Amino acid sequence: MSELNQKDGSGGFITTKLNELINWGRRNSLWPMPFGTACCAIEMMATLSSRYDLARFGAEVIRFSPRQSDLMIVSGRISIKMMPVLIEIYNQMPEPKWCISMGACASSGGVFDTYTLIQGVDQFIPVDVYIPGCPPRPESLIDAVMLIQQKIKRDERNTKLYDRTKHPLDFEPVALVSNAAEPQPVLTGSRHSLPAKDVPIQEKAFGPPERDVKHVARLTGGE
Amino acid sequence: MAIELMALLKAVQERFGDDVLGHSEFRKQATLRIKHTANVKVLRFLRDDPSAKFEMLTDVTCVDSLRLPDDMLIEYPERFAVVYQLTSLVHNERLRVKAYVPEEPCEIDSVTGLWDAANWGEREAYDMFGVVFRNHPDLKRILMPDNYEGHPLRKDYPLKGRGERDNFPKYTEIVES
Repeated sequence: MSELNQKDGSGGFITTKLNELINWGRRNSLWPMPFGTACCAIEMMATLSSRYDLARFGAEVIRFSPRQSDLMIVSGRISIKMMPVLIEIYNQMPEPKWCISMGACASSGGVFDTYTLIQGVDQFIPVDVYIPGCPPRPESLIDAVMLIQQKIKRDERNTKLYDRTKHPLDFEPVALVSNAAEPQPVLTGSRHSLPAKDVPIQEKAFGPPERDVKHVARLTGGE
Repeated sequence: MAIELMALLKAVQERFGDDVLGHSEFRKQATLRIKHTANVKVLRFLRDDPSAKFEMLTDVTCVDSLRLPDDMLIEYPERFAVVYQLTSLVHNERLRVKAYVPEEPCEIDSVTGLWDAANWGEREAYDMFGVVFRNHPDLKRILMPDNYEGHPLRKDYPLKGRGERDNFPKYTEIVES
C-alpha cells in the first residue's frame, strides 16, 4: 500500500481500476431473469442448453427470482394484463440491471397489432439491446449478451427509469380508455355490466361450483 | 351403440315445438338451433334422455354475426349465438347446439347447473362478447384484466383497441444534471 502511494498519491487511479474490476466480474457472471412468454422463450432455452451453451459467456445461471438477477430477457409478446407484472418484476431486480428485448413482439408488438398487445416493452422499461427476428436464432441472443458485456465494459447502461411514483396495479379503470378516439355507445352502458348479485358468489377461485339444489331448481324452472 | 342422430333431432324438434328453430347436418356435423329462452330445458333433455345421453359438455363459446354477409345471416335470427358442443360418450356422437341471444337484453340462462364444465366457458363468452349468463355462480372476467371495459371480440370493437395498450404509466428519462 505504501509503495502504491509513493508512486501516485491520487485516489482516482485506484477507484477507476476498482470500477473496471467490478465490471469485469459483472460482465462475466450475468445472471439472467428469463421473462419467457412465447416462442422466443424456446429459442432462449435452446441458447441456454448444451448445443449453444450460454455458459461459455458466463450467463448460464438463470434466476427465477428477480432479486438475484441483473439481466432481464423479455422474450415473447407482452399483453396489457402481463405488462404490470413485467414492470413489477423489473422493479424488484437490484441495480445495476440490464435488459434485452428479444424478438419482434417484445420490441415492437410484431404482427400482433391488436388491442391487447403492448407495442414494444421499451415504452415501459429501459431496454439496452434489441434482437430482431421472429423468433431470433440462438446466435442472435448470444450476440446480444456479448453486446451487453461490451456495454458493461464501457460502464454504460440505459439510464431511463420507470416512474416509480405510480404503481401500475393501482391505476383507475378510467385510465384505460381515456384517449379513446370517440365514445362508442354500443360497447358501454349498463346492460353489459354484471347483474345484481342475488346469487351468492363463491369464494373459491378454482374448481367447480358446489351443486346447489335451489340453484339447479331455479335454472330448470323449478322441479 | 349407435343412434340415428337426425332422427333424434327430429324427435327433439317435435317434443319442444317452437323452442327449436331447426336442425341441420353439414359434413356429418349435426347442429340443433334453439331459442335462448329454452336452452336449459333442451340441454337438460339432451343430457338425461336415454336416447340422447350427451353427458359431456366439450365447449361453450359464442358467435357474433354483426358483419356476416346477408346470405349467411339467414341462419342468425339474433345477433349472438351461444354455441354448446356436446359429446355422448355412450353413443359416441357429437352435437352442436346453437342458442340465439338478442342484442338487447344480451342475457341467457347459465347451464352450470347441468355441467360444471360450462363455468369457465361461459365466463369467457361473457368476457369476450358481453353475453350475461343468468345464475352463473361467479360471472367475472377470465381473460382480460378486471378493470377492462368493453368486450373485445364483438365485431364492432376496434381491432387496435381504444387506447388500452398505451395508457399504462411509462418511464421517464432521468436528466443528468
